[in-house]
Amino acid sequence: MENKAIICKDLTKQFGDFKAVDKISFEVSEGEIFGFLGANGAGKTTAMRILCGLSFPTSGEASVAGFDVYRQQEKIKKNIGYMSQKFSLYDNLTILENIEFFAGVYGVSRPEIKERSRDLILTLGLEKEAKKLVGGLPLGWKQKLAFSVAVFHRPKIVFLDEPTGGVDPITRRQFWEMIYQAAAEGITVFVTTHYMDEAEYCDRISIMVDGHVAAIDSPTALKKRFNAVSMDEVFYELARNAKRTLD
Amino acid sequence: MTAVTLKNITKKYGDFVAVDEVSFEVQKGELFGLIGPDGAGKTSIFRILTTLLLAEGGTATVEGHDVVKEFQVIRNKVGYMPGKFSLYQDLTVKENLEFFATIFGTTIEENYDLIKDIYDQIKPFNDRRAGKLSGGMKQKLALCCALIHKPEILFLDEPTTGVDVVSRSEFWEMLAKLKKQNITIVVSTPYMDEAKLCDRIALIQNGKIMTVDEPQQIINSFPKSLFAVKAKNIYKLLQTLRTEKEVENCDAFGEYLHLTLTSELADEEKVSAIAQKYNPEDLEVKKIEPTIEDSFIRLMREQNDSREPKEMLDGK
Repeated sequence: MENKAIICKDLTKQFGDFKAVDKISFEVSEGEIFGFLGANGAGKTTAMRILCGLSFPTSGEASVAGFDVYRQQEKIKKNIGYMSQKFSLYDNLTILENIEFFAGVYGVSRPEIKERSRDLILTLGLEKEAKKLVGGLPLGWKQKLAFSVAVFHRPKIVFLDEPTGGVDPITRRQFWEMIYQAAAEGITVFVTTHYMDEAEYCDRISIMVDGHVAAIDSPTALKKRFNAVSMDEVFYELARNAKRTLD
Repeated sequence: MTAVTLKNITKKYGDFVAVDEVSFEVQKGELFGLIGPDGAGKTSIFRILTTLLLAEGGTATVEGHDVVKEFQVIRNKVGYMPGKFSLYQDLTVKENLEFFATIFGTTIEENYDLIKDIYDQIKPFNDRRAGKLSGGMKQKLALCCALIHKPEILFLDEPTTGVDVVSRSEFWEMLAKLKKQNITIVVSTPYMDEAKLCDRIALIQNGKIMTVDEPQQIINSFPKSLFAVKAKNIYKLLQTLRTEKEVENCDAFGEYLHLTLTSELADEEKVSAIAQKYNPEDLEVKKIEPTIEDSFIRLMREQNDSREPKEMLDGK
């Protein structure tokens, strides 16, 4: 049996009477690119926070990188990488300082940081920018750098929360090539997006509606099942009757 | 008649040129889209047209009035929905609406027809504070507040960003209805697939307008034959096809790759022959009509090619 990076079984999170996440079950294999989609307010963020070790579930079970979401939150945090559109890097630190800071937080040794940050800056073609503040970088570059920083400590899983929002179409594609590269190196990728063409780049996707996982499969299989030409249609079919519109 | 004109509008923040000699016109009653990624200059243009920001160069008019000299007249004629939620979070739905109606010397009742369809959806939450609304409902309230004084022209800055497919499609239906009431609408979006819902669009990148036209015209003026290619290991196919001399561009587009050849004489057989060299499994090749995103990418590349390498490195 192949190894599972994430296992969720009947995972539930309740706020008062409100079941934000309602018995969701799924598994993500190691090295898989898993798209986590859903309507606004469907419970994606809540589920993701649990999987990142930031919030306790109310009931159900889940493990991330082999660690339990109730008892081993700190171990989960050490073994994952995270980036989002909203927060990725510190604008008032330089590129090099950002790399050093995040790598340091995740416990990468000083000599290793020194050596590999040099390599990373070369790969990204940012030699001239290395000592400039991140705040001055164009968004697309910032997001590519943020992704590299999120996987710098070679996590088992990287969580990407709308990583390409507002990014230009060329950079968006370069970003996905970086995702493919990371997956090829064995990193499991857990990604959310509002761009339905990006859903097609995932090995498998799940679509959450009203706290439930309404569908989970490969993009091809889902399109076949819903007799749809695009993922857009699949999503629309599943989410149009959603009762919740909370964010 | 024109509702909006911009002539060589330029906006700088320090050394950074956010809007670079932008010129275009919007006709009365048109649904006009400003399409481009974050940082393209969309918000600066909106703020200049709504008289909230002064340009360094160029001139602009809204409903025939100069944005600098006649800003007060313009403010009464436009409705503006900023990208960032800007209503009063600690006022209720109803209070916000009443506040904006009063500011513009009108009442909710006076222009009720205009907002009815949208307002009905949030009316059950009349007494809820705006800060406690969901994203979709905030968006609807903001639209109502922008409409309450019956503006002649509506400026909507990225109303659908970060919103799911269903809410996005609902929002565009609302816009189509407003257009029928003869309101000119200027809307910006980073989602290329929304471009086809506009009468005309401007594609904008790095502060420059790359093209302005009807969506179909932009698609028709794509200079090359475009092919969609698919095979089992698509990422590998993408990487290998890019190394081919005959391949001009190859980009991932959902489940397909979109590809153009350097040669003017391109057909499906020729593309298949190139791809076959790598023995891909389940190869599929078909000639397709370009999308706005194909055009955008192509124009971006032309823009990048014409820029100095130094400028490229500095990003902006």
